[in-house]
Amino acid sequence: MYTTDQYEGMLAETVILPGYHADLINAYFARPLGVGPFPGMVLIHHMPGWDEWYREITRKFAAYGYVTLCPNLYFRDGHGTPEDVAAKVRGAGGVSDDQVLGDVGAALSMLMALPYVSGKVGVFGTCSGGRHAYLCACRIPGFSAIVDCWGGRVVMTPEELTTKQPVAPVDYTADLSCPLLGIFGNDDHSPTPEQVNQLEEAVKKHGKSYEFHRYDGAGHAFFTYDRPNYRQEQAVDGWKKVFGFLDRTLKGG
Amino acid sequence: MCTMIAQQVTIQGSGKSGTGWFRVDQASVSYDHPFDMPLEYALNIDFTSQAGEPAARVAVELDAESARKLVEVIKKVMHQAEAGGFVEG
Repeated sequence: MYTTDQYEGMLAETVILPGYHADLINAYFARPLGVGPFPGMVLIHHMPGWDEWYREITRKFAAYGYVTLCPNLYFRDGHGTPEDVAAKVRGAGGVSDDQVLGDVGAALSMLMALPYVSGKVGVFGTCSGGRHAYLCACRIPGFSAIVDCWGGRVVMTPEELTTKQPVAPVDYTADLSCPLLGIFGNDDHSPTPEQVNQLEEAVKKHGKSYEFHRYDGAGHAFFTYDRPNYRQEQAVDGWKKVFGFLDRTLKGG
Repeated sequence: MCTMIAQQVTIQGSGKSGTGWFRVDQASVSYDHPFDMPLEYALNIDFTSQAGEPAARVAVELDAESARKLVEVIKKVMHQAEAGGFVEG
């Protein structure tokens, strides 16, 4: 918990890292000043793109003591405003799961190599990024915590599978290698409460460590204060749940 | 990409953005999160130039009822134009 007599400093900047197929992509990086060791976080941005909200929360995680890296998953689709780039990706049916796994795996490797990172790194994502976070926590060894915020299509019907997303992430649950925090709104359409139930059944079946928080009066993306979905009371509580979980799993506190 | 309900179609036309007119050769239609319309999901249409930068885009975001009405009115107008012999090809 922050107290008014503490020193606080941060470095935040755009960096480049070799992602999927060693393609150079950019990422937003923020870390607390000091020698550490600090735990790390990889943030996976939402469908609206690598945008201002994600840069803000990258700095938020750093302020809470996490060396945080948020790769631009849409880097290969050109540059412009985040929404123009995201619209291009949206029209093309999104990015492939393999590409995301490559980019996020590279982000994890970069964090693990930093001398001031403790060796414990978590992954966080919202919306499509929640789905990606779950996928990555199952498919990439090395994460110590995963936060899935309203990830849609973690549970998928066979009809929803595509060449870019050929497997429902829930089907990889046996390989989930770290504790899971799920944050969901009960009015959401993707994931629906029923789909959250199905996900919970899967993590129970495989004996995984998890905690789910399901909020009444909230739908999708209820943390995003610049959209009508924002729900102040639920968002404030949800952020407390996120940092409480991460502090326990990554800081051991 | 939250719903993954998206289709693309090749088109021929012109679109006007803040920088003026440009050729559009693709329309992307999705029912997914809009950027501006205050809805969780909207019918989004992006008219774009495939060779252009992401900013080469004419975008509209519609609620479902508006999208349905637009489809119907386009059909009516095209039917009237075809019946009048105005449509070539």
